[in-house]
Amino acid sequence: MSDRTLLVGPFNRVEGDLEIRLDVADGRVSAAYANSPLFRGFERILLGKQPQDALTITPRICGICSISQSAAAALALAACAGEQAAPEGARIAALLHGVENLADHLTHFYLFFMPDFARPEYAGRAWHDRAVARFTALQGSGLRAATEARAGLFHIVGLLGGKWPHTLAIQPGGVTRAPTARDKVRIGADLRAFRRFLEAELFGAPVEDFAALDGAGALDRWAGGDAGLFLSIAEDLDLAALGPGPGRLMSFGAYPGPEGTVFARGTWEAGRIGPLDPGDIAEDLSHAWMLGEAAHPEAGQTLPDAAMRAGAYSWCKAPRLAGRTMETGALARQAVDGHPLGRALAAEGGVRARVAARLLEIARTQIALEAMKAAIAPEAAFMRPLALPRQGAGAGLVEAARGALGHWCRIEDGRLASYQIVAPTTWNFSPRDASGTPGPVEAALVGAPVGPDEDTPLSVQHIVRSFDPCMVCTVH
Amino acid sequence: MNILWLQSAGCGGCTMSLLCAESPGVMDLLDGAGLRILWHPSLSVETGAPVRRLLEAVEAGEQPLDILCVEGSILRGPNGTGRYHMLSGTGRSMLDWVRALAPRAAHVVAVGTCATYGGVTSAGENPADAVGVQYDGAHPGGALPAGFTSRAGLPVINVAGCPTHPDWVTETLLLIAAGEMRAEALDGFARPRFYADHLVHHACPRNEFYEYKASATELSQIGCMMEHLGCVGTQAVGDCNIRTWNGEGSCTRAGYPCINCTAPEFEEPGHGFAETPKFAGIPVGLPSDMPKAWFMALASLSKAATPRRIGVNATADRITVPPTLRKPRP
Repeated sequence: MSDRTLLVGPFNRVEGDLEIRLDVADGRVSAAYANSPLFRGFERILLGKQPQDALTITPRICGICSISQSAAAALALAACAGEQAAPEGARIAALLHGVENLADHLTHFYLFFMPDFARPEYAGRAWHDRAVARFTALQGSGLRAATEARAGLFHIVGLLGGKWPHTLAIQPGGVTRAPTARDKVRIGADLRAFRRFLEAELFGAPVEDFAALDGAGALDRWAGGDAGLFLSIAEDLDLAALGPGPGRLMSFGAYPGPEGTVFARGTWEAGRIGPLDPGDIAEDLSHAWMLGEAAHPEAGQTLPDAAMRAGAYSWCKAPRLAGRTMETGALARQAVDGHPLGRALAAEGGVRARVAARLLEIARTQIALEAMKAAIAPEAAFMRPLALPRQGAGAGLVEAARGALGHWCRIEDGRLASYQIVAPTTWNFSPRDASGTPGPVEAALVGAPVGPDEDTPLSVQHIVRSFDPCMVCTVH
Repeated sequence: MNILWLQSAGCGGCTMSLLCAESPGVMDLLDGAGLRILWHPSLSVETGAPVRRLLEAVEAGEQPLDILCVEGSILRGPNGTGRYHMLSGTGRSMLDWVRALAPRAAHVVAVGTCATYGGVTSAGENPADAVGVQYDGAHPGGALPAGFTSRAGLPVINVAGCPTHPDWVTETLLLIAAGEMRAEALDGFARPRFYADHLVHHACPRNEFYEYKASATELSQIGCMMEHLGCVGTQAVGDCNIRTWNGEGSCTRAGYPCINCTAPEFEEPGHGFAETPKFAGIPVGLPSDMPKAWFMALASLSKAATPRRIGVNATADRITVPPTLRKPRP
């Protein structure tokens, strides 16, 4: 029985709009309901458009995962043509995409997640003064330094992609600007500047050292930089035990290129890494304000229920893999990729694990981007001519910062006849399905402590933000 | 001055772009101009109940408000209810909130082309019935009526762009703080003239190709993109190539066309974004303020006069023929 119901919103420091309804019993959350309260209807906007218009329109679903949307659209259109981008073009697309994901992780850590620990509610904790100095919203020294470092990192997107967000540089056949040898050294300089920030401020040590951590014990001993500060906060507040996920993780595989993906595709469950069959995906509509039946995105529709029927509570569909909820994000990528710390964190599975996995991925992505930069061959062709067919279907599966992002499109008579998008937060923040099974964040919130005087529980905020939700992508 | 920032039906990209402000960063810029953020959905610490109390206090006039920034289009659907976007935790639509709060603000700033004119959110069948804060596409009258003026006597200030350049937003706010944002500082679509009096064409590095109508035929080629690839930089307002983006970037510098994202209804060009509509083989759109007959005459003349270097480079993905060097004097 619930003692009271709380409505948490506006829920800020997540990207977009989120409302969480909580049933509270005996000082703990007994049930949670995640509502994505914004419906714009991008899947309908795209209907009847020229296929290549998706390259302009879909990035504008999201101002923080814009390049992810762009990359997924380009892959889906190329798949419709049964072709692939020029290999060197794919490498630049991966570099652009990696820069966005790296920047997003930094934005999440410094601007969205950590400011909660500077709250006066935590005054008196051994770490609080440092948290106030580094992470106070809009003011903290770490937060401001991170914002500057992020702006500098995005010079790579300025150079190769014109601007961030909403570049049109990534095309089915490659990229629109062939980098020169001079561009290459400039990108190297930007990456070195970012590495300096990471090593001076975030890790307090070489990124290689963090990337080499091989398990929870090694992580526990890490004291350097803001990462060390987070870990000591996590230990004090037992964030490892807070907000456990479903224990099933999924990654589409990040940065497909000529040599395969940088981070592998697959699933993780109970310590075992397995294959992923995108054919097993279906979107359930039982608790979404959507009409129609559960369907694979190839056959899916987007018919909003303007009556907003009782019983449903979100515009978000509920994607399931073989009927089961899946968590996606950096934790999933690092576990599925087989990194020893990633696998250990997956077994841990809570707030600390999600944030630490992002830190691990920051270190590994920095290293991966440096390798991508080194492999740029300025004499190569970065675009190949690629004609889109009058009829065809294809999917583009990528990894946004927040996890698995898929675009499924069908072209008929030279126009988009269907375009379905399943975003990472669609998975993580999905509502209940027909069996009544809550989505991953809804399940993770059950058991979270709620103080008698709290109307916006801190534990709930930590759990929700640990997923780094992107609500504008969720419903789109 | 204080700023209340609301994110309505958009992608949040204008805030993400704003965080890319440099020399100094956005937080130093605002601090330095005496601008204090009352609440921002991505940046402030407060969540939930304290935010609801703040919004209610502003609505009731108990909390004075200097600048209301609205990012994202305003949804009127379904059926005029605005319920496609309820401001979470409040049980009220964003449409309702914007109408309630705007009259309390000394200045209302619409940030981005969704907030100004509807933008991409209103594309296609416009499923959510999206409009701008004070415009519906190119027509005055959106979520707020055409005649709305804020307490300072100005219409909604339309910082259009998809996304907005960080400086367009910060400099608009700095001008407001300095008392310099007057009616004559806005153009016919209420955009700040400091960036809207320029064209994207200005300082485009492809200008030499433009002079000769030496045109790229495929994306990735470095020639002018006006004739074949949909570029409307000669008509689109914005100082994108003068101030550049994220360091040294701009759309045309990165090899893809200007799609006029600062303009009302850019989201529905009536043709592919990267293709130029033509009549009898001649591009339909003309550069701003250019008489058609003169344009045709000059274009055909300059095309005939195209130097080899420019003609060859136009359809290459990099400079293959460098400028001829003047021989040293004997």
